[in-house]
Amino acid sequence: MYAQMVKTDSDRLKSLDEMTPEEREFQERIGRGEKIEPKEWMPEGYRKTLIRQIGQHAHSEIVGQLPEGNWITRAPTLERKAILLAKVQDEAGHGLYLYSAVETLGVSRDELLAMLHSGKMKYSSIFNYPTLNWADIGAVGWLVDGAAIMNQVQLQKTSYGPYSRAMIRICKEESFHQRQGYDIMMKMAFGNPAQKAMAQDALSRFWYPSLMMFGPSDKDSVHSAQSMAWKIKINTNDELRQKFVDQTVPQAKYLGLTIPDENLKWNEDKGGYDFSEPDWSEFFDVIAGNGPCNRERMNARVKAWEDGAWFRDGLVAHAEKTASRRAAAGIAAE
Amino acid sequence: MATSVNPSFLLEFLLRTGDNALILGHRVSQWCGHSPVLEEDIALANTALDLIGETQLWLGLAGEVEGKGRTADSLAYLRDAAEFRNVLLVERPNGDFGQTLMRQFLFDVWHFELLTALQESSNARIAEISAKVLKEVSYHLERSADLIIRLGDGSAESHRHMQSALDDLWAYTGELFLTDVGDDALAEAGIAPAPASLKPKWEATVSRVLGEATLRRPTDNYIHKGGKRGVHTEHLGYILAEMQFLQRAYPGAIW
Ligand SMILES: [Fe+2]
Ligand SMILES: [Fe+2]
Repeated sequence: MYAQMVKTDSDRLKSLDEMTPEEREFQERIGRGEKIEPKEWMPEGYRKTLIRQIGQHAHSEIVGQLPEGNWITRAPTLERKAILLAKVQDEAGHGLYLYSAVETLGVSRDELLAMLHSGKMKYSSIFNYPTLNWADIGAVGWLVDGAAIMNQVQLQKTSYGPYSRAMIRICKEESFHQRQGYDIMMKMAFGNPAQKAMAQDALSRFWYPSLMMFGPSDKDSVHSAQSMAWKIKINTNDELRQKFVDQTVPQAKYLGLTIPDENLKWNEDKGGYDFSEPDWSEFFDVIAGNGPCNRERMNARVKAWEDGAWFRDGLVAHAEKTASRRAAAGIAAE
Repeated sequence: MATSVNPSFLLEFLLRTGDNALILGHRVSQWCGHSPVLEEDIALANTALDLIGETQLWLGLAGEVEGKGRTADSLAYLRDAAEFRNVLLVERPNGDFGQTLMRQFLFDVWHFELLTALQESSNARIAEISAKVLKEVSYHLERSADLIIRLGDGSAESHRHMQSALDDLWAYTGELFLTDVGDDALAEAGIAPAPASLKPKWEATVSRVLGEATLRRPTDNYIHKGGKRGVHTEHLGYILAEMQFLQRAYPGAIW
């Protein structure tokens, strides 16, 4: 998912008895399924955790433009080019909704971007993998958006009002993303041998990084327990990963493609697939900045920001000029 | 067809109009994820999307008029540079963001005037396509004109960026209005306006916006030309090499 390993500042979960009256009332509102709105009282830890989580999610949307943008100029038909443009435009729009949601918590988009650019804030590990052939664009829609949807669907019920509403809007657009990805996979998997090979190659490379999107197991994590108590996380990472695998395996079968996991098999007892864990040391390497594209992605974003400074400053200067001209005209008219 | 005109003139016109949209759409799409601010990423993706949609309409019609079974895709992906008919302006490199915006503005004003006139075309298909596309292009023009004004009359630095973009691109605007015998025939038949006839309105809008933007209209009237006849700059070959790669590498594949 787009927010991985979000810390909560808690070292253990407080019981209701240990809470201040404000904290207790807050926790009871969460329990009743009420939405928390920006102006209302909230524990500082809740606010900070949300900033980290929604901010990371927003950063993922905008960095996520890069691997797909990589193929826009090479899309094989005008129709595919238009669909991909529309999809990437949606992702930028998601970034916008999410930055607006974080801003309600008292931190500006510029501050968040500064933290992204300095490496203080992260974005999803998945966008540090390259898109090497056209089927990768299919695999990203199918698997990456597929995994994101798993996460975002449940987050529609999250306790923070602006976040929940952003998720509802985003989810409406996401199913188109996954569909267009799977549609590309079908054309490739049922296409000529070269296309089929690209499709298999894409699945082979994107499978484990997609599983990593859910983050390492958090069943014993205090941060996860705290986030779940606050309802800013609804399911554990393992639950979502299992759901994702169960949904994806039949889709891969339909395509006639092989998931690169010898241990993958149906488990009647649990009513789901058994599967291999991804290589978590790779995940931690990517998070630490050593994924195949970390440097390129960050350099691209920082360059865009720095090269665009004159543009943003110019707009501000114009707004100031216009305001002072208006003020001067107002004085003259008096 | 309402009036009979040499079909090769009509084909030429449709290719020019479609290729302008395709090549500019390609250029604009290169900004995806790299623009100065998130709102611009969204706006540029939207502009590129409109232009690619427009390309499908014009090149689709061009394929029909030609009658040799070529589609919008085969025209976009399987012609070489010399067969492209776009003006040189749209293949200019993106440069800094100011150059991209200025190129867009100078093109948008022309595009808007062309489509406005084409709505009255004696060819019903052309009139129909133009009416549809004009809605989008009106918005492109509103947006680019607004940004030219704000950045021209912004900070000293943004003014400098916009002035140098204008100076660089000016010599590429004249080609939009060059009129050849095919253009005259189409104008005669009421199918399309003669390019030269669009110039006064283009001039008026450009002058007004540049004035508000406090930008100096260049005085050199030299015209770089050739695109409309298939003689391009070095840049087009690279655009096509990138754009056409998959279709060329895997002929006949279904995507
Ligand atoms: Fe998204
Ligand atoms: Fe998406």
